[in-house]
Amino acid sequence: MADPDTNNKPAKNAARDGAIHMRHLDKWFGAFHVLKDISLSVRKGEKIVICGPSGSGKSTLIRCINGLETHEKGELVVDGIPLTGSAGLDEVRREVGMVFQSFNLFPHMTVLQNCALAPIWVRRKTRAEAEARALRYLERVRIPDQAHKYPEQLSGGQQQRVAIARALCMEPRIMLFDEPTSALDPEMIKEVLDVMVDLAEGGMTMICVSHEMGFARRVADKMIFMDEGVILEEAPPSQFFSKPKHERTRLFLSQILHD
Amino acid sequence: MTNLSDAKILRRDRQTSILAYGWHWARIHLFSSWMNAALTLSAIALLWLTIPALIDWLIISASWTGESREACLNENQGACWPFIFEKWEQFIYGRYPQEEIWRVNLVFLLAFGGALPMLIPAVPWKGWNALFLVVIFPILCLYLLSGGVMGLPYVESSRWGGLLVTLLIAGVGNAAALPLGILLALGRRSEMRILRTLCVLFIEFWRGIPLITVLFMASVMLPLFFAEGASFDKLLRCLIGVALFSSAYMAEVVRGGLQAIPQGQHDAARALGMGYWRMTILIILPQALKIVIPGIVNSFIALFKDTTLVLIVGLFDLLGIIQLHLADPNWSTPQTHYTGYAFAALLFWLFCFGMSRYSQYMERRLGTEPSHNG
Repeated sequence: MADPDTNNKPAKNAARDGAIHMRHLDKWFGAFHVLKDISLSVRKGEKIVICGPSGSGKSTLIRCINGLETHEKGELVVDGIPLTGSAGLDEVRREVGMVFQSFNLFPHMTVLQNCALAPIWVRRKTRAEAEARALRYLERVRIPDQAHKYPEQLSGGQQQRVAIARALCMEPRIMLFDEPTSALDPEMIKEVLDVMVDLAEGGMTMICVSHEMGFARRVADKMIFMDEGVILEEAPPSQFFSKPKHERTRLFLSQILHD
Repeated sequence: MTNLSDAKILRRDRQTSILAYGWHWARIHLFSSWMNAALTLSAIALLWLTIPALIDWLIISASWTGESREACLNENQGACWPFIFEKWEQFIYGRYPQEEIWRVNLVFLLAFGGALPMLIPAVPWKGWNALFLVVIFPILCLYLLSGGVMGLPYVESSRWGGLLVTLLIAGVGNAAALPLGILLALGRRSEMRILRTLCVLFIEFWRGIPLITVLFMASVMLPLFFAEGASFDKLLRCLIGVALFSSAYMAEVVRGGLQAIPQGQHDAARALGMGYWRMTILIILPQALKIVIPGIVNSFIALFKDTTLVLIVGLFDLLGIIQLHLADPNWSTPQTHYTGYAFAALLFWLFCFGMSRYSQYMERRLGTEPSHNG
């Protein structure tokens, strides 16, 4: 629920048809300049895959989008809500779901409780409503039968699918994926990617930090390559993979595609 | 690991005789190496030297009946239990008026009846139970023990004593220290600089002074600062002192648990739109407190035993009242002291052992079944 006041703010108008609007974003970790003058616009329903070597700032970038990291300079508007300091944080986080590399499920709760928790406490749903919704999304990620188990009883792939369901239970308008498959055993990667493809085909706005290039080719509207805190290249996948403009991109792609 | 091998041995040897099993067991557990065998033999020797003498003193040579010191002046006299039986009431209630003792008993009963279902996980209505323990019971407790209103005669706290005072100080101290300690630990990890500094100062102040000093301050020095007649009850002052003192220790125990929770748990809770308090209460604390159960119970036990220090400021807890009665000429025998202290040790040990066992049970339960806040 956006505050009615935000309708009058110019930022809203600037980003009226955009899901995310980023202009000249800068961020430092102490003296380390981790994000340098990042500008990026994401339309509603757009799917973006960000790749780049480790330490290039891609995780930090998407953690800025839901305020897990704060930027020091620049303008960031998410789903019409400007993010400055701590203002707008909770509002944004309600509309932006996030999936982490290490799942981060709550180990002291069952799968069902993990999923129903935020709808109950943040969205103020009744327990029955929230659990019905949780079961619906667990079905969507194809593990309704695990609802009463604890996270530690599940495989990595199952845990990550629960994490996706948990984020979806807040019915977010934007989903962020921070290397969702890089902590998984190879045979479990596909089951998670299948769920993500399904989600993408359903029209969700998605920003994924990922090195799964098959997935990227299939769903991405736009590829982004980052290095040393800068967006080096931004192109549709067809162009990105066949004729990358930048030498650094070409080198990186050759390394992860092994060809 | 030993349990597993025990089970294996048991299965394999089910048909063979008990004796063979016993030998097998002893070889694995007691005589597996020269070092182990030497330790086993010295332990047996030590037990042989102490246990028979202890049993003799506690039971066989002890006096069990009698009205006065005459009963405990035999040759080779053991423990003088009639002394304990005779003084039992004072040891439990202190100088609480005899005709009002039912009030203390009712408090004990309410405490037991309130705490027991709370401690057994299978009993439902935990919410109401907690409400009773946290809100209704303390009020009832104060009303029953102190009286002075609604028909109950007033009993001033200087007449309370014995086990009553021990349990009261330990109970109130621990009940106040846990929530206070949690808040202090959260404050110490807060991003608000002033709050964090205040919490650090508070914790380091109380950890830096001995409990005896706290009690002296509470009972002797504090009244000097108050205007004439404005001072309040000595027991209450000591209770507050003990609670603040022990909350500082609790805070550090809880902080250890908070630090063990991975950053990812905070991230996940934040990303779901939870604010600080929801994240802390629903996600962080349940996990952090579970980790530090041993530390919390350690603090509980330490405080329980530290209550004996209130003797210094003229409050008579269990140990204090026993020591007071050791001076009774009617029971002056060579064994009275030993008996009194043995009795005090036994009671203290029973309570502490109970707490320890319960914490082990709780750890096992939480370890196998990670959740019950459904």
